[in-house]
Amino acid sequence: MRYLPLNDADRQAMLDAIGVASVDELYADIPAKGRVEGLLDLPRRASEIEVERKLTRMAGRNVAASAVPFFVGAGAYKHHVPATVDHLIQRSEFLTSYTPYQPEISQGTLQYLFEFQTQVALLTGMEVANASMYDGSTGCAEAVLMAERVTKRNRSVLSGGLHPQYRAVVETLGRFGGSDIVSLPAALNGVEDIAAQIDDQTACVVVQTPNVFGEIVDLAPIAEAAHARGALLVAVVTEIVSLGALKSPGQMGADIVVAEGQSIGVGLNFGGPYLGLFATREKFLRQMPGRLCGETVDAQGRRGFVLTLSTREQHIRREKATSNICTNSGLCSLAFTIHLSLLGETGFRNLARLNHHNACLLADALATVPGVKVLNSRFFNEFTIETPKPGAEVIEALAERGVLGGVPASRLLPGDAAFANRIIVAATEVNSDEDRAAYVAALKEVLA
Amino acid sequence: MSTMKFSKDHEWVKVDGDIATVGISQFAQSQLGDIVFVELPQVGRELSKGEEAAVVESVKAASDVYSPVTGTVTEVNGELEAEPSLANTDPENAGWFFKVKLASPSDLDDLMDADAYNAFVEEQH
Amino acid sequence: MMNREGRPTAPTSTALDAGDAVRTTTGNRGLDIVEPLLFEVGGLEKCGVDLDLPEAPLNRLGDMERTGEIGLPGLSEPEAMRHYVRLSRRNYAIDMGVYPLGSCTMKHNPRLNERMARLPGFGDVHPLQPESTVQGALELIDTLAHWLKVMTGMPAVAMSPKAGAHGELCGMMAIRAALEARGDKRSVVLVPESAHGTNPATATYLGYKVRSIPARADGTVDIEEVRRNLGPDVAAIMLTNPNTCGLFERDIVEIAEAVHAAGAFFYCDGANFNAIVGRARPGDLGVDAMHINLHKTFSTPHGGGGPGAGPVVLSAALAPFAPLSFVIHDEKGFRLVENESDPAAGQAFGRLTAFHGQMGMFVRALSYMLSHGADGLRQASEDAVLNANYVRVGLEDLMNLPFGKRPSMHEVLFDDSFLKGTGVTTLDFAKAMIDEGFHPMTVYFPLVVHGAMLIEPTESESRGSLDQFVSALRNLVQAAKDGDTARFTGAPYYTPVGRLDETRAARQPVLRWRP
Repeated sequence: MRYLPLNDADRQAMLDAIGVASVDELYADIPAKGRVEGLLDLPRRASEIEVERKLTRMAGRNVAASAVPFFVGAGAYKHHVPATVDHLIQRSEFLTSYTPYQPEISQGTLQYLFEFQTQVALLTGMEVANASMYDGSTGCAEAVLMAERVTKRNRSVLSGGLHPQYRAVVETLGRFGGSDIVSLPAALNGVEDIAAQIDDQTACVVVQTPNVFGEIVDLAPIAEAAHARGALLVAVVTEIVSLGALKSPGQMGADIVVAEGQSIGVGLNFGGPYLGLFATREKFLRQMPGRLCGETVDAQGRRGFVLTLSTREQHIRREKATSNICTNSGLCSLAFTIHLSLLGETGFRNLARLNHHNACLLADALATVPGVKVLNSRFFNEFTIETPKPGAEVIEALAERGVLGGVPASRLLPGDAAFANRIIVAATEVNSDEDRAAYVAALKEVLA
Repeated sequence: MSTMKFSKDHEWVKVDGDIATVGISQFAQSQLGDIVFVELPQVGRELSKGEEAAVVESVKAASDVYSPVTGTVTEVNGELEAEPSLANTDPENAGWFFKVKLASPSDLDDLMDADAYNAFVEEQH
Repeated sequence: MMNREGRPTAPTSTALDAGDAVRTTTGNRGLDIVEPLLFEVGGLEKCGVDLDLPEAPLNRLGDMERTGEIGLPGLSEPEAMRHYVRLSRRNYAIDMGVYPLGSCTMKHNPRLNERMARLPGFGDVHPLQPESTVQGALELIDTLAHWLKVMTGMPAVAMSPKAGAHGELCGMMAIRAALEARGDKRSVVLVPESAHGTNPATATYLGYKVRSIPARADGTVDIEEVRRNLGPDVAAIMLTNPNTCGLFERDIVEIAEAVHAAGAFFYCDGANFNAIVGRARPGDLGVDAMHINLHKTFSTPHGGGGPGAGPVVLSAALAPFAPLSFVIHDEKGFRLVENESDPAAGQAFGRLTAFHGQMGMFVRALSYMLSHGADGLRQASEDAVLNANYVRVGLEDLMNLPFGKRPSMHEVLFDDSFLKGTGVTTLDFAKAMIDEGFHPMTVYFPLVVHGAMLIEPTESESRGSLDQFVSALRNLVQAAKDGDTARFTGAPYYTPVGRLDETRAARQPVLRWRP
């Protein structure tokens, strides 16, 4: 078997050295009830050729984003990832290393984490960031828990513009953790009176910008309202590229920023692995979950990096940990930091401008289709349209015509009649004029 | 004139009138390694004997500090908060953690004096 | 109980052979190149990506537009390549040598898995595309789920958890949901002393009080202690099997029976599943929920600390509570159950993550499973156990086995009593191993023995590699006993940086670059 270095001669010699007749003796502690006799009822080993054939066939049954005009967003975005990124993350030393428990032989990982933490703090406009969470949604739930620890309160208010699946994650963790989670009804234009919901028992308000419908939300007045009652503002960003063109949450007064970093370096991956970005104020540092990388020196005064402030974590605090989280999203954070370093200030801002430009072009084009209305007042690279027919039907019909036109709001908000005819549409730098023309043509046909 | 008494969890207490000062022992700090952070109780908090009152953290370890006496917290050591290494360099004096207004002096009765505590440590390790 | 015992975290030794003093002007040492921070070599105007902006890009952002610099340094492609290649060379990796981290299962990461995960049909599909356009992706998830169920003998599996600890949360939430569904309020979870910290952290998060169960002298959980602690207030026991000492819990069936008789559930931490794949099925042993670390047992890459994946197999009693999203198969094909309002959602306890789970890791894990097959999977486990015992017998005369000279499973645990009187600690010993070209084993875990050293070679090591490893360790033990202390206390000597001041990093945290 190609992955197993031992041959039968090795095995025999080793059994002799150990002093047992067969490997079965090493499994003697397994009770009879639990022993597997013979082989499991699964196929036998396969060569690379066979595995490739099987999986390629399976993959071939899926429509890849690059293959068609593609406008699907709502929390995950199709962006171009430079070839360099994927090449570098496959280097042995990055791919096959583990958590930097022994810093002297992990300075590669630790240095890029330090750089990553700095980039995330700069992007979000916050003082300190961690070495990543699993993804934006779990990061969002962790932020609510953190706000509860900081304020010693247990009520949180979730904006109606928060991604419904993020909301579901927060509600689930809240229900099990004994938190009082107040979820405001889904609201497109962000004009909900969230300030009126904040009281002296509120730990935080959670507001997404741009929200799940693409609407840009000004966080500043919400931050003010929250702080006036001693509550925190948790800002959620699901399209990290938006921070290349929009005011940062930190600038607007956020106390904790959680973001989905998938757009940069990571790819779509059918929903995972993704990359949770988490940043906060320095004064809340000790309540922050997740790994942290810090700078220090060795005995010769050489600069080096180590995981630090580990006492917040489960392997030390055990029952009293800030979270049970163990891994971060290592390789994804590397992909992110490499892609962002290739972009740099200029490239990242241009990327954002191009995304916004393409979204404006698309919105204007779709608005020319009879019966279609663009609902947003201000958007970055995503907006919501209303059509005369149910969104799910329209999307399915577009797919049959080879266009992946967006996410029907009903998929995320089933049973909410107000959203039945709405579609969330994303535009990125990968869309061409032909793509937009194809969408318009197909949509005209579908709605005719 | 106050003598030092010790708990089985390696806290020390020094009483002056009805104010008890609490800290961690020399032995405790040597076990923890370089102390990097302490979390002290709020002034005014009511503590029961044996209740978790504070947390002391080193790089690789964290430990609860229990109150050896019942009472109300009157003062916490701000210098220690700013300079956690005090608990390493001078644990039984400048590295004190918090002061408690004693509710019942008999709480001290089952604590060990220095000799008994040293014997206890010897025997444990 | 928190982890109370610390250890030295600031380097005290400055011993360096005179011959090692660096005499170059760059500070580089041959192939080891000192690479500054991105912020020190990059520039705000530098860019490694060509992105043409139109002449007059549309801008409708108004006063929400970001003004002022973000401060992100850029690099051209060649510069970026150098920056990261140089950094990479300061990392040890499985591809370089033995990485015997106990409980981590650092086995070889097959590159076929990488190629398969990058097939556009897997890597370039969006989780919210119409289901008709991703039938192959849903089929893959369903196929992997089938393999996991057959391997574990369990009827159901929750695929969405993003890591092992996340899987623990999932399993324990399912247990709590099941108890609530039958109106049973229980407040305690039993956890062995030897458990990984995530176990009590998870239980506490869910509002349970953790009661610690001591081990017997032979390192396994004391079933009498379990029985004594069971009662109407106990919701579950969380056991790792094989346990964190590398031993199979031989009373596991009786423990499971006692737990069930008391109306409680059995959560199994599957971190050590690599020892028993194809040899034992957790479902047959009475497990109700077990998370599987795909990045351990099923070779998905460790990636410097993640991403992982932690699907949770579930018993019939817990299956109805599995969280959203999950894949079902009906006469129309595969489809996703994503919302509570879906009739197929059953009693799902909620949602643990947006979207559907770690698809990228699913592809890799299935590629691994297909490659090995039932015969290869069994062989891999046997080789893992064989390799660990081979290491054990190579060292047990010189190093101390805390639970006696007896077979272990896929990992072997030593304590530091063999170093008594040498002035060398477990940490020092580990640092000296680094100089020898090995990644150290897991140290100071589990907490139940002093100065623990947990060695897990995995099935990916050849006999020659193990012989070299054992031989080097034997020499080190001898050197420690011979009083060659500086070799250990000043180690590592041959790495780009020496021991780092972790005390300083914690007392004066510097967590980002500042100009």
